[in-house]
Amino acid sequence: MKKAVVRIYMGLIFLFLYAPIITLIAFSFNKSKSRGQWGGFTLDWYAELFKDRLITEALYYTILIAVLATLISTIVGTISAIGIHYMRGFSKNLVLNINNLPVLNPDIVTGVALMTLFISAGMKLGFVTMLIAHVLFCIPYVILAVLPKLRQLNRHIAEAAMDLGATPGYALRKVILPEIRPGIVSGALMAFTLSIDDFVISFFTAGNEVSNLSILIYSMAKRGVKPSINALSTLMFVTVVILLLIINKKSEKGEELLL
Amino acid sequence: MKRMKLLAYPYSVWMAIFIVVPLFLVLLYSFTEGNIHNLTELRFSTKGYERVLEPLYLKVIMNSFVLAAISTLCCLVLGYPVAMIVSKANPKVRGMLVMFLIVPMWMNFLLRTYAWMSILSPNGFLNRVLELVGLPRLEIMPGKTAVLLGMIYNFLPFMILPIYTVLSKIDKSVIEAANDLGANKIKTFMRVILPLSIPGVVSGITMVFLPAVSTFVISGLLGGGKTPLIGDLIEQQFMWEGNWHFGSSLSIILMVMILISMAIMSRLDRNGQQEDKNPVKM
Repeated sequence: MKKAVVRIYMGLIFLFLYAPIITLIAFSFNKSKSRGQWGGFTLDWYAELFKDRLITEALYYTILIAVLATLISTIVGTISAIGIHYMRGFSKNLVLNINNLPVLNPDIVTGVALMTLFISAGMKLGFVTMLIAHVLFCIPYVILAVLPKLRQLNRHIAEAAMDLGATPGYALRKVILPEIRPGIVSGALMAFTLSIDDFVISFFTAGNEVSNLSILIYSMAKRGVKPSINALSTLMFVTVVILLLIINKKSEKGEELLL
Repeated sequence: MKRMKLLAYPYSVWMAIFIVVPLFLVLLYSFTEGNIHNLTELRFSTKGYERVLEPLYLKVIMNSFVLAAISTLCCLVLGYPVAMIVSKANPKVRGMLVMFLIVPMWMNFLLRTYAWMSILSPNGFLNRVLELVGLPRLEIMPGKTAVLLGMIYNFLPFMILPIYTVLSKIDKSVIEAANDLGANKIKTFMRVILPLSIPGVVSGITMVFLPAVSTFVISGLLGGGKTPLIGDLIEQQFMWEGNWHFGSSLSIILMVMILISMAIMSRLDRNGQQEDKNPVKM
């Protein structure tokens, strides 16, 4: 009896979580353009997807920004985390608290604040401002992922390396970096995920000429989203799910990695 | 080793420019009026804040607060049992369940919200099913109920996951001890499990309330402009009206509201362990 209740409850929760996803996937195969009706099965939207310049361009910018933002924020974040780790007292607290601001502040406030800065400084909103914004909100997550690993690090190891003749740079590369690699990897994954999915901050910092997928979808949503967008997200979604399944199969740590 | 801290200096400069200065600009604009493109022409003014106090806008702010609070509560009530069930499942199933909770977040959240539009709209999927079964139609979209549903849908995983993490770390022997000492299931839950899970509940509440109170996408899509929230107002002022002063005042009010709620939450948390200091997503 109790088991049945638990099963039904979990079933309902998962139905709730997956209903819109199933709807989207179904509509990507729907012949009828209106979203209320089923007009038969078709793969047209998948073919059309690659001809649509708006969509391919938005996809290009989404991926380009995500890759660049992840690279920059992972490198800068890791280096800064090491620096912060060796800071002490008031300055350390100050830097950590300011670093936390973009994490704690609502996205919309971060977005409008950056937009205010860019426009006040006379910068034209576009690719560069959007990239700066993405790097800005990604770095704090990288730092927060790397710092705990640095704390676990035995500080004498680096000192021992230097006593044995390693230069600080060599000790950093050969001793510290390998030890904190898991933190760097999870920070990078987080940065990529956040960047690729971001809407609010991009919306305020991208201007009129550049747009990523989220901005495109938002601008379409009120008039009706093109079914090819459904096709694209189905493709992306399936890719991610397959990747996750592989990761999960490959290591028992799958769960940890995702969290 | 001391010189290592120099590595943090470039980032400190970056933070000053891109985190501190923008927030100061927002603060500055919130207390001024005049030409936004010429800083020398700004004059001190509290007009932005006075406008916030107009009944029309006060109602919007109240609405955002109430809707966010209700959706947070719903997420807690719906999510806590899920977290508990998952934490009690055997390890193999557990990993799968957690994965299935995360997977939906991998589809663009705007699209998922848009999909709810198709499900809930008057001629949508839900009403077709209801008609088929012979139940009355539901006309909730556009409207408050739909916005609420959208919030719960989008943020439920943020409530489940932190609670699950805390629950799965509870030492099983503590529960066994309670049982051995004669506590029944309800008593064990109330006196042992629930208090130990408070840190997870607190970070869950923060992670749901924060995005819910500041959203403008969900209300824009599912509310159809009928239930504007504070986020919609801010978007409007910055993107369409060009009134940065009023928009900045609203942003500052939003930040203050969130600061107050977080202060209350951290006070609640003080009774629990202080393990979870970082409210980082997951």
